[in-house]
Amino acid sequence: MFWTLVKLMSTDMSRSSTSVAFRSTLKRDLLIAFKKKNDIANPFMFFIIVVSLFPIAITPDGDRLAEIAAGVVWISVLLASMLSMDNLYRSDYEDGSLEQLLLSPHPLFFMVLSKNISHWLVSGLPVVVAAPLLAYMLSLPQEAYLTLIASLLIGTPILSLIGSIAVALTVGLGSRGLILAVITLPMSVPVLIFGTLAVEASVGVGSPAGYLALMLAMLAASLSLAPLASAAALRISIS
Amino acid sequence: MSSSNPTATAVPDSENQQGAVMLSGNKLFCERDDRVLFQDLDFNLHEGEVMQLRGSNGSGKTTLMRMLCGLNDGYKGEISWYGASVSEQAGDFYHSLHYIGHRVGVSKVLTPVENLRWSCSLKSEVDDQLIEKTLADLGLRGYEESPCHTLSAGQQQRVALARLLINPMKLWILDEPFTTLDPKGVKQLEENILSHANSGGAVMVTTHHKLNIPGMNVLDLG
Repeated sequence: MFWTLVKLMSTDMSRSSTSVAFRSTLKRDLLIAFKKKNDIANPFMFFIIVVSLFPIAITPDGDRLAEIAAGVVWISVLLASMLSMDNLYRSDYEDGSLEQLLLSPHPLFFMVLSKNISHWLVSGLPVVVAAPLLAYMLSLPQEAYLTLIASLLIGTPILSLIGSIAVALTVGLGSRGLILAVITLPMSVPVLIFGTLAVEASVGVGSPAGYLALMLAMLAASLSLAPLASAAALRISIS
Repeated sequence: MSSSNPTATAVPDSENQQGAVMLSGNKLFCERDDRVLFQDLDFNLHEGEVMQLRGSNGSGKTTLMRMLCGLNDGYKGEISWYGASVSEQAGDFYHSLHYIGHRVGVSKVLTPVENLRWSCSLKSEVDDQLIEKTLADLGLRGYEESPCHTLSAGQQQRVALARLLINPMKLWILDEPFTTLDPKGVKQLEENILSHANSGGAVMVTTHHKLNIPGMNVLDLG
């Protein structure tokens, strides 16, 4: 009798649904990113700088650049994504918002996913948009552009999702140095391999479809599993 | 409320009317760096009860509070919510809990309204009118649109405390909520705590201030 009363009392309040909390978290993170423009601009500028150094250091010769173009773009994307990962949970951890997130009644999986999506929107998407321009500078053959964009569109979210696990694990540590790279890189290498292979295949006689399909499978796996790991890692870090 | 631990003594201050047991700890044991913070700690927090956690620095007040919220699982013993274990009814428990810790959960780059729009929407649906009215009640009128890094520590604390008033939750766990507040703010929070308890809610609070809350119970961690 008492129990039903308690249940009634607590359900009577206009509880927020998980989708409301999801959207609200997404909105908040985008707002913070918008207000801290440096956090968006730095990895993006880093990406552009790294790519533009290659023609200067190696050769301005278009034919030779075209050979390495896919690899250069993908390596720069990987480095830029690692640079941007640090922003994901750090400030929330420091100001206590992360505790509030963990204490929310909603599945942490979706809250983490929401943070990952907003992080990708502000750090991954600009890189994907700028990539064709830089590929043009590296004389990437015309027929490879679509594949490059497709592979980046599939690959950068994977990098964000994987990076999120490492950041969640290390967010409580004072000085992290290289730990982040050591945890993230081994898991990111497959993305790098299939990404560059896909672009190269679209230049030659082969077809990139197989590689892109593999990357899509990786995206599906990381979308469904990585937030679980991130959520568990956050719980460890916060306690 | 009772305790079998020689170092943790419970002092019931009054025989005021209390409702059902809301949150209880049974034989809680916690150690950190090979040092026992508390052992065999039992307590019952009833509906309508205000309980002050008392203890010297490092006696485990914050640790106990984080344990109760589920932020720290390095303990032994049992924590129950209305008689059943918290993990079995996490959804219900977290829909009933407000926790304000040392880190108040206020993002420095966002304005008070933006902060509350997010943190309150995690618990229940809120509208901006309620947020703005609550901020005004807490003396933050005119600061609604200023980024929180321009606010003082006490004002940021008030932003966090606004959550208590916006989302009606049954259990408040407040870790040193008075530290940065001015005397007027302290008085206001005391009144809020009291009226929350009178309406059937429960409050657990740590502070080194002398509180003016009649009927408050004390859990001493030594």
